[in-house]
Parts: sequence; C-alpha cells; structure tokens
Amino acid sequence: MTTTSETSAGTPSKGGDRRLLGGLRDRWNGLPRAQQWLWLIPLVVLIYALPVLNPPLLTTEPGTNFPIALFDAARFALLAIGLNVVVGQAGLLDLGYVGFFAVGAYVAALLTSPDSMLTKIPYLWTLPIAMIVTMLAGLLLGGPTLRLRGDYLAIVTLGFGEIIRLLATIVGPLKGQVGFQGVGRPPGTSADGQPLFTTSNGTTWYWLVVTITIVILLLVGNLERSRVGRAWIAIREDEDAAQIMGVPTVRFKLWAFVIGAAIGGLSGALFAGQVGFVNNQKFDVPTSVLFLAAVVLGGSGNKVGVIVGAFLVSYIPNRFVELAGYKYLIFGVALIVLMAFRPQGLLGARQRLLAYGRQAYKRLVGKPEQLASDNPMTNERGGQA
Amino acid sequence: MTHLLAQGQVLAQGPDWISFDVASFVDQFWSNTFDGLTYGAIYALIAMGYTMVYGVLQLINFAHSEVFIVGAYALFFTLAALGFGPSAPNLNVFALIGDLVLAMLVAMLAAGAIAVLLERVAYRPLRRRKAPRLAFLITAIGASFAIQYAIFAWRGPNPEPALIMFRPQPMFDIFGTIIYDQQVVIFVAALVLMVIVDQFVNRTRLGRGLRAVAQDPDTATLMGVNRERVIVLTFLIGGFLAGAAALFYVMKVPSGVQYNGGFILGIKAFAAAVLGGIGNIRGALLGGLLLGVLGNYGQTLFGNAQWTDVVAFVVLVGILMVRPTGLLGESLGKARV
Repeated sequence: MTTTSETSAGTPSKGGDRRLLGGLRDRWNGLPRAQQWLWLIPLVVLIYALPVLNPPLLTTEPGTNFPIALFDAARFALLAIGLNVVVGQAGLLDLGYVGFFAVGAYVAALLTSPDSMLTKIPYLWTLPIAMIVTMLAGLLLGGPTLRLRGDYLAIVTLGFGEIIRLLATIVGPLKGQVGFQGVGRPPGTSADGQPLFTTSNGTTWYWLVVTITIVILLLVGNLERSRVGRAWIAIREDEDAAQIMGVPTVRFKLWAFVIGAAIGGLSGALFAGQVGFVNNQKFDVPTSVLFLAAVVLGGSGNKVGVIVGAFLVSYIPNRFVELAGYKYLIFGVALIVLMAFRPQGLLGARQRLLAYGRQAYKRLVGKPEQLASDNPMTNERGGQA
Repeated sequence: MTHLLAQGQVLAQGPDWISFDVASFVDQFWSNTFDGLTYGAIYALIAMGYTMVYGVLQLINFAHSEVFIVGAYALFFTLAALGFGPSAPNLNVFALIGDLVLAMLVAMLAAGAIAVLLERVAYRPLRRRKAPRLAFLITAIGASFAIQYAIFAWRGPNPEPALIMFRPQPMFDIFGTIIYDQQVVIFVAALVLMVIVDQFVNRTRLGRGLRAVAQDPDTATLMGVNRERVIVLTFLIGGFLAGAAALFYVMKVPSGVQYNGGFILGIKAFAAAVLGGIGNIRGALLGGLLLGVLGNYGQTLFGNAQWTDVVAFVVLVGILMVRPTGLLGESLGKARV
C-alpha cells in the first residue's frame, strides 16, 4: 500500500503531484469506512462553516459576496455530480446539460413566480417536480438518441440544449428575455422576523445546497457501487463488449441520462430560487461547456475531482473579477491543454473495483499490473506503446 | 418540455404557445424556396469542411465554425480597407468583382491558415498520443471556445458594422417571385466552388490520396500516401471553403460578423453534412440546400426568425435517429470503390 504509484499506469508517471495525490488516495481508500467517516465529519463541518468564517485569502470580497460565491460553487458542484454520472460514469458526452438545468429553473419559475399564468405552489414542492419533469425530459431526449455514440450524441445533446433555449425565447408564455421575477423561496424566518432565504443572502442557500449535495452524493455513490454503476463503467470502457456480455446497454445509458437530468433539474430549480429571476439568458451553449469543463477539469468519473473542478470553474471568475470576462477563453484553453497533457483531469478517476483488483494482483504476482485503462480519458489503446 | 406539461392548464386564458401561420407560408413559398437555396449554398460550403475532416479523421471538428468566423473577420477588415461602408459603393462591375475576389482570397487564406494551425496545435498532439475520441472532441470544443472568446476579448460583444457590397438588383421573375442577382451570384459561385472541390477529390492525385486515407489510413500509408500531408490538406481545403463562405454570408447578412456569429451557422452546416451523409461531399451540397429551404419554411410557418435554428436542430436529431448515414450515405472513401 505504500509504493502504489505504479498502479496508476496508463499515464506517464512523471511529476511528483501525481505520486502524492495517488498515494493520498490509496491511503484513503485503504482506510476502513468508519475511519473515513471520522475524517469526513470535521471536513463537512468546515465546509458548512465557510460562509461564516469568510477566510481572508479564500474570500471573494469585495468583488463578489462570499456566501453567494459559495452558493454558486455549491450549485456548480451539484451540477457537476449530475453531469459526472452521464459523462464520467457512463461515458456519454452530453453538451446539452444546460437544457436540463434550464428546464428545472423554468419549472420553479412557472410554478412560483407571480409573472407566470400557472397555479402557484410552495417553492419546496418545485424541487421534486423539477426533478420529475427533467427526468421526463431526459427520457424524451435519451430514448431516441442514446443509440448514437460519442460525437453524434454530443452534437444532438447540444442541439437539445439550444432547442430548449430557443423555445424559451420564442414561445410566448415562457417570456423570453423579460423572464420571471420573484421566483419563490423556501419558508422560514429568523429570530428577528426576517425571511431566512433571500436573494441577497447566500449563506442559507449555500447550506441548503450543500445538504442536498451531500444527500445526492450518498445516493449516487451507492448507485455507483451497485450493479448499475458497474454496468455504466462497462459501457464507458467498451460498449460493444458490455452488450455482448449481456449488459442491456440502452437501458443503463438511459438510467444514467435520466439520473443526470434529474440532478441538473434540481440544481436549476435551486438556482432559480436563489437568483429569484429566470429568463432565457443563462442557458446558452457557453454555460453548457462551462459545466463540461467543470467535470473534465477535475477528472471525470471521480466525484471528488468533479467537485474540485466545479469549485474552480465557479470560483475563479468570482474571485478574480478582472478575469471574469475571459472565463470562457481561459476554460477553453484549459480544455485543450488538459486534453494534450493530462486527459484524465486534475484528479483522474480510479475505480475502486479496479483498484482492488490491482491490489490483489500485486499481492499475488508480486509486481504491479502493466495494463490499465482507468478512464475513457486516458489512453484507450493501453499505454504509450 | 415544461410548456407541454403546462399546456392544458393555460389554453383557456393565455396566448398560444406555438402558433402556425399557414397563410404567409403559402404566400411566401417561392421566395422562401429561392432564398433558402441561397442560404443552403452557404451552409453547404461550410459543411464541406466538416464532412471532409470527418471523412479523413472521423472527427467532428467543432472549431470549424470558428475557422469560418476568422475568415469573416479577415473579409471584413479587407473590405473596410478597400473602402466599403454602410452604403453600397459606386464601383463599376469589374472593380467591384476585383475587390470582392481580393477580399475573398484574403478570407480564404486566413481561414485556411487558422484551420491548419488548429490541426497543428490542437489535434496533432492528440493523434501522436493515439488519444481516445472523447479527448479529440473535448479539445475541439475547447479550441472553439478559445478562438471565439479570444475574438470576444479583442472585438467585444457587438457585431461589426454592416458593409454593403452592392445593392441587389432584380434579375428574373419566377412564379411571381423576384430573384435578385445577389442570390444568383451566391448560389452559382458556391456551386462552382463545390464542383471544383469535388473534381479535385475525384480526379487528382492528391484527391486520390485523400480518398485513400478516408477509406483506410493504414493501408494508404503503406501505399505511400503521406497521411499527415493529406490531413493538413483536408483542413486547408475546409478552411478555404469556409473563407469563401464568409464572403457570401456577409454579402447576404452584412451584420453577421460577430465573435459568436459562426456558432449557430456551424451547427447548421454540420446538420447539413449529417443530413446529406457525413463524409460525402455531394451529400453536403444536397443537405445544405435542403436545410436552407426547410429552415426558411419553418421561419414563416411559425412566424419567428429563430425557428430556422430550431428546424436545423430538429432535422439533425431526426435524421440521426432515422438514417444516421444521411441521405446519400457516407462515401468520401467508403462507398466509392
């Protein structure tokens, strides 16, 4: 367990950070589950305390309100976890994820904003409804299109995202650029009678989203460790082989798509609630690529990685406001550089199962296994040779 | 999706969610058709870039729309330097043609250069490493964004001021619809360019090499085809055509030079390529023309210019679902023996 850096074959093993990160991860994976939880608790407490602490170097003020920047990061993280199910786990490149995000936001707006003609309901109810509607949207898009692969799927999903945005622009009752004001918010007042959740106060929203994110993380984590997750990995690694081995690929791809969509919708509804205003401007293709950048940057297939990626993607423009205008340029270049030098992302994915298998192999044979293809982003033909 | 859900509850009180305007659709049928063919010829020119790169590399060059927009900027600056402005200049025919050809050549060179540069900087390192296709695709998206927003940082969000090249004059009258010389020029010139490329690919030695690589890169290499050179050539031709398309596009849409002006156009061109059969040069032409016409129909039928884009996407999704090989099938190398 100590000299495990070779197990990360498939990438050139140069650079100390790789060794360090790999070692840390292996040590972490080696810990018993209870001990992992023990370590996680202070970390989670720290995460919750962040907006109150407002640490001097990390803070985004005076440029951006720090709790709101944190809310942004948290909602990006939630999105990235959802997109990671689709891109990282099942290996389906989805460029229209913003479409689901938009659908979620519009569900919240249509059902709570006074500008909408529909019956109003309490805000919290819109969260599950947004998830259900986006799941249906995911089925609607995924059902016919998931036979497509790679590039084609990417471009079709891109088209879907654009159709959603264009419909929001063209279809009268969706109010185009005018949008919906006064989207609802969760109930509750603080001791002095002020509402807890407001558009100007990010802290409570941040706590809400972090809580939801943790729940979603647990659910998705369980899913990944189940039969479904193994099927996803099989599909990601080699779809034809998976199908031949009896994995119903279409059904599991649809699963990934629908689950990813639901999380995207949830995130959209939360976003709509915090911002309090929804129009067609926030749901364009650049946003969708930003979501993808979050997943790919951190390391698609790795939950911790995508959270880190989401944090970077949302935090950098908020922290360095002078860079905000260049964020798409920066992340565009970052994607090119990343694919050329570190295609697996900053924290590459390592499937636990594969890792265990490798450990067993090493114990038995006494030397590390040579061939590894951890991730669709690493070399698919097995190494540099 | 949301609107479908909500439709039932709203019909009683609100405005229509989607309305059809059949009267103006019938009214403007022929003018839509001819105008659609003009746009379609432009789509087809850009689609060639997608289809040829796809044929040779099996790669959707997402950044091709940015190759186009770089060409459009080169065209804009050349025209501006030549003294074109917001109103049509008073030039005789030969001077005008000379200026436009010069501007087109500059645009073609700029677009060709950026396409080759893109191949060199972004794709070749990945090819060296035999990277998986997902990595190529993400690189292409990254490159598309990098170029788009580099232009944004340089020129800002607004479109460049419109340059009018010449005032369109009525030429014929078919089915009670006036056809302007501008439309004829665009259509014929685009067609000629595509015929040239088609003949180049089918008749010349280099073209044969290109088809060989499209069919089987390894065998082609064994047969003495320089694969790297063929790939560069493919990107170059695609870039040239995109640069030429820039002239026609700006002629048609004078205010179209904008940092993200290529994006939707690129998607439409890609949809055209898929519609005709990606990898098939003649298919790109057919797909482009069809898509141009269909988009125009959609626009008048639903009564909003943005419906052209929706139609393009719906056609794209539809064709991929029903006939992923497109109308003419994949044939840059594969079908043609």
